[in-house]
Amino acid sequence: MELVRSHILVCAGTGCSASNSEAIIAEFEKSLAQAGMQKEVRVIKTGCFGLCALGPVVVVYPEGAFYSRVKPEDAQEIVSEHIVKGRIVTRLLYQETVAEAGISSLSETPFYKKQLRIALRNCGIINPENIDEYIAFDGYSALARALTEQTPEEIVDIITKSGLRGRGGAGFPTGKKWQYTAQEKSDIKYVACNADEGDPGAFMDRSVLEGDPHSLIEAMTIAGYAVGAGQGYIYVRAEYPIAVKRLDIAIGQAREYGFLGENIFGTGFSFDITVRLGAGAFVCGEETALLTSVEGNRGEPRPRPPFPAIKGLFGKPTLLNNVETYANVPWILQNGWEALAAIGTEKSKGTKVFALGGKITNTGLVEVPMGTTLREVVEEIGGGCPNGKKFKAAQTGGPSGGCIPAEHLDLPIEYETLKSIGSMMGSGGLIVMDEDNCMVDIARFFLDFTVDESCGKCTPCRVGTKRMFQILTKITEGNGTMEDLDTLEDLGNHIINNSLCGLGQSAPNPVLSTLKYFRDEYIAHVRDKKCPAGVCKNLLSYRITDACRGCTLCAKVCPTGAISGKVKELHVIDQDKCIKCGACMEKCKFGAIVKE
Amino acid sequence: MKTLEELKAIREKTLANIQLRTETGEDSVRIVVGMATCGIAAGARPVLAAFVEEVAKRKLANVSVTQTGCIGVCRLEPIVEVFAPGEEKVTYVKMTPEKAGRVIAEHIVNKQVVSEYTIGMNQ
Repeated sequence: MELVRSHILVCAGTGCSASNSEAIIAEFEKSLAQAGMQKEVRVIKTGCFGLCALGPVVVVYPEGAFYSRVKPEDAQEIVSEHIVKGRIVTRLLYQETVAEAGISSLSETPFYKKQLRIALRNCGIINPENIDEYIAFDGYSALARALTEQTPEEIVDIITKSGLRGRGGAGFPTGKKWQYTAQEKSDIKYVACNADEGDPGAFMDRSVLEGDPHSLIEAMTIAGYAVGAGQGYIYVRAEYPIAVKRLDIAIGQAREYGFLGENIFGTGFSFDITVRLGAGAFVCGEETALLTSVEGNRGEPRPRPPFPAIKGLFGKPTLLNNVETYANVPWILQNGWEALAAIGTEKSKGTKVFALGGKITNTGLVEVPMGTTLREVVEEIGGGCPNGKKFKAAQTGGPSGGCIPAEHLDLPIEYETLKSIGSMMGSGGLIVMDEDNCMVDIARFFLDFTVDESCGKCTPCRVGTKRMFQILTKITEGNGTMEDLDTLEDLGNHIINNSLCGLGQSAPNPVLSTLKYFRDEYIAHVRDKKCPAGVCKNLLSYRITDACRGCTLCAKVCPTGAISGKVKELHVIDQDKCIKCGACMEKCKFGAIVKE
Repeated sequence: MKTLEELKAIREKTLANIQLRTETGEDSVRIVVGMATCGIAAGARPVLAAFVEEVAKRKLANVSVTQTGCIGVCRLEPIVEVFAPGEEKVTYVKMTPEKAGRVIAEHIVNKQVVSEYTIGMNQ
């Protein structure tokens, strides 16, 4: 029999692939062949482990040694030391797992300890391109049971009772959606998946697609059976090439095994899935725009009702859920609705995946039970702001969400609480900002994004966001007035109340929430013409203090020749010529240049 | 694929291969083979292979076979240590693939330490 004593798992998610994990896999295979061990040690590429900040990640089993920031040239050492001689290469270990006697368990590290992985249960554990490994971890057993032992009504009932809500942003009860679609009378129905993850900095769905594509296929097939649909569509953005490739491989394997196609498990139920590539328009994450795009039309939203459950794709009843929502479904059917309902808070059940980004030590992907506080996510799991900087705000929900200040860090993460403080759950992007971020500039950045991405169909969104952006630009340039702040609020509320779709209805959130919690920063820009964080260039000036020794270094690096002065004499900056690039300050050895 | 049995068969076949990757719990038995230069020279590799094979053949869950470096008594290599929950560590010395089979059968499965192979009997 085949004798494998060790597995080397290499992360092949987008993050680690970008830092060359393909080359690492090749080096491992080469080194193992040289040692004559290619038969007893297997190299497996997996999905995302979550700790993207430390990628590329390599895990060696059975020891469970978690190596971080591995370079291709390290592969040889891991093979000759760890694999051949059993000596763990301590210098490459993830620091948190280094223990006195070898290694401590990864699940005990601060990053993983508070996590609970349901949607990401297989990511970083199985090879996403091997259907057998998915099956080994109970994959497709929920589908088998659903088709052979349960009625569609029973399945809808289980999903409803579990309390699962949409993970794409709005948090609509998933069971209700299934029920509405199931009760529609129609000869043709569809099941669709929203994999058009558009928030800047969000990559939860991508990681599920890359790390565990079969869980999505299984869930959609179950959904097809539950609502009475025979065809599924996955709408995924073309900017996710690895996800698209693995999805294609997985669909091919599922067809070969008969989990997709005609007469699945001999029950007479038939279902198949088609992948549709989106061109990366943010608005296509909105459900009606997405369905319009799947149909081959320009991606623009339309008024609801009728909701997709009544009249969706090609005018037929359509069930549309997001990737992460679907990823929960097989788990719920395997473990029972009680298992999910037992996790979380009264109104928000289960877990939520967040993509941690911005000014945070452990950039990466985390899955926590609902009700976990933001502080636990940011400080304990995320490791806080790097370089000892002070936390200023966390932004959830991307361009549709709001900024949450430090005073609200202890609130539990739930759909309702986030909404009550002017933000939203969103798809799960979580961007951390520290004292060096200017909140006006951040609001302007997100508005810039929505101005670009507004589809232009309705006026409040198309014209309103543009006007807000212009006012914000005026403020960051130091030309704002106090009336502008009121105008921003009026305009923002008007856009929210009068836009057709979720894009416009949420676009002003970053501005309104920063105006609410960081109004003093806006006032500093308007009244004092100062940017407290030192970001807005027009409101900054550089000055050379008496500490100058006249070394002339600053004058040499200044790209515009704005600094003058003789050797060993105090230098001066010509403010008219200065472009505020900060090069002089960076180079000064005496700390004589200040930004104010 | 038409039946639940087929699905189950694939599951069991693959599970044996990837059980390695599940984190072993507190109650698991660890078999550690010394694989430093001295161990390898004395024949630790076939011993390690024999342990892995026996564990797989008997479908022993909760038993992991790992390796370690030099323990310091190179003259007694190949050395194998068995860590079982609630028991003192047992150190077997001068191991061979045949002895490995007996350790699995008697010690791991039937909880009877094979005294004649232990370090105490071979000083």
